[in-house]
Amino acid sequence: MDVLAFFVEPLQYGFLTRALAVTVAAAVVAAVLSCWLILMGWSLMGDAVSHAVLPGVALAYIIGIPFSVGAFVFGVGAVALIGIVRSTTKLKADTVIGVVFTALFASGLAIVSATPSQIDLMHILFGNVLGVSAGDVLQVLVLGAVTLAVLLFKRRDLTLLAFDRTHAHVIGLNTRFLSALLLGLLALTVVVGLQAVGIILVVAMLITPGATAFLLSRSFDRMLLIAVVLTVAASVTGIYASYYLDISTGAAVVLCQALVFAVVYLVGRPDGLLWQVRRRRPGSRGRSLPEPQRSDPADRTAATPARVSDDPATSGA
Amino acid sequence: MTTHPPQVPPRDPAARDAHPSGPPVLDVRHLGVRYDDVRALDDVTVSLRAGSICGLIGVNGSGKSTLFKALMGLVVPQEGRVELFGDTTASARRAGLVAYMPQAEEVDWTFPVSVSDVVAMGVYGRLGAARRLRPADRAAVADSLDRVGLADLARRQIGQLSGGQRKRVFIARSIAQDARLLLLDEPFAGVDRSSERTMTALLTALRDEGRSVLVSTHDLAGVPAFCDEAVLLHRRVLAQGDPAAVLTQGNLARAFGAAPPDAVPAVPTAARIGDS
Repeated sequence: MDVLAFFVEPLQYGFLTRALAVTVAAAVVAAVLSCWLILMGWSLMGDAVSHAVLPGVALAYIIGIPFSVGAFVFGVGAVALIGIVRSTTKLKADTVIGVVFTALFASGLAIVSATPSQIDLMHILFGNVLGVSAGDVLQVLVLGAVTLAVLLFKRRDLTLLAFDRTHAHVIGLNTRFLSALLLGLLALTVVVGLQAVGIILVVAMLITPGATAFLLSRSFDRMLLIAVVLTVAASVTGIYASYYLDISTGAAVVLCQALVFAVVYLVGRPDGLLWQVRRRRPGSRGRSLPEPQRSDPADRTAATPARVSDDPATSGA
Repeated sequence: MTTHPPQVPPRDPAARDAHPSGPPVLDVRHLGVRYDDVRALDDVTVSLRAGSICGLIGVNGSGKSTLFKALMGLVVPQEGRVELFGDTTASARRAGLVAYMPQAEEVDWTFPVSVSDVVAMGVYGRLGAARRLRPADRAAVADSLDRVGLADLARRQIGQLSGGQRKRVFIARSIAQDARLLLLDEPFAGVDRSSERTMTALLTALRDEGRSVLVSTHDLAGVPAFCDEAVLLHRRVLAQGDPAAVLTQGNLARAFGAAPPDAVPAVPTAARIGDS
């Protein structure tokens, strides 16, 4: 099969083109939001909101309104509930988040189990991107565009909020409003993303791109750009991998993002694990991690005699 | 043991005269703040006039941070009132009159922002909703960086700076903001002697422009010799006024239990302590 056919063949199927559009759109919005989310230390909040929308989705199906409305209402409701419990108890944020989102997730499961014939739980939890209609695509694109526009318009305020909340307050910005705005946009992003990869895996889209870009960035604009580029690459690769390897689309996309993170973690600069290992062994070039694998085995043994004899597995062999 | 001249810092009377007495920059009256059952501040009355540097001295937990929070409108006092520039703290904030320099450990030094990004945050208050910098704002940022001697490092990520340089970034931010009252929380912690001198020179220059500076510290060795006045805080105000008059052995003993030995040389009354 030639290269062109490899890329074009899947696109002959309308469902796959739609899947590609929905996934890339959702991934881009989530990647942009994730940059602020991880800098705010709100990764767990992304986890919470995405799980907490389950009862909203289920109720929306039962009542017959768009699922996105139900999801958004419950996403915002979860955030509000977390905020209320947090400010009226001595509990730490992660504890409150854990209590609230599991309660909402469980009530979602209860609702779904009480009405089994109408709702496909697997589709909500893990996405059904291959089954999206043209209307779904439009909805994702519109919601995604609105979310992205607001995020980019307020990006300087949001970065200031994440970096120095006190300064934002002192120069007269409304930090409560900005926090609420970011959380509202988080709820919208979850609504956009769960169409593509489902409730469980949207968490990955909300955290991994930002985390990967953070390792590679010294300026925020660069971080945004890297997050978007890497997430688009991972999403497209994931869709194709899902087609050719016949694996779950949501899983393939998230795995690709994790793979990109792993590669950056291992070899990306300047935090790359390999570089850290090399730096920790100054003056012993022969023992730095990548090189022994290429050198002659006899040399390696000679260079590290103590290690070989001390290693029970090696001496036993 | 090094000796420090027990002198009151040089003051420029001309600069003081250039800013005649309007309402005090900072007017705190009978302020009381409680956290649940813990009383953090009790009947605190402090005022600060324009164009002066005031050292706010006290041990950890003496209420320095709470007083700062009250000045910034981050805690609501149960008793008393706080006025800045003859108005509420909220209007002073909205007018961009107040700047705050955080303690080093409050800042995420891994954050992907450059030195000039941080300084630019000083001018956000006077920008439109998208905070897009106009040419005049960029010039203000560049000038501020120039003034604190960080122009060459403008594009560096903030974590790549030394301790003293990091502090100067935040001074530059308040210069770009054109704030009239600077609140500095433990600015000399983790800063070497030469950086400390650079900073005191900067703060003195800002004072001479008629700005006011409130510097908190728990470290008597760092009691700024450049302060025009001092406030000794231990939930209540133990003493305030001229630093030499405030930092007596008796007052320090009340504030610190006993004056820490390493701090003795820095105290203007060192000679007397040595005699006793």
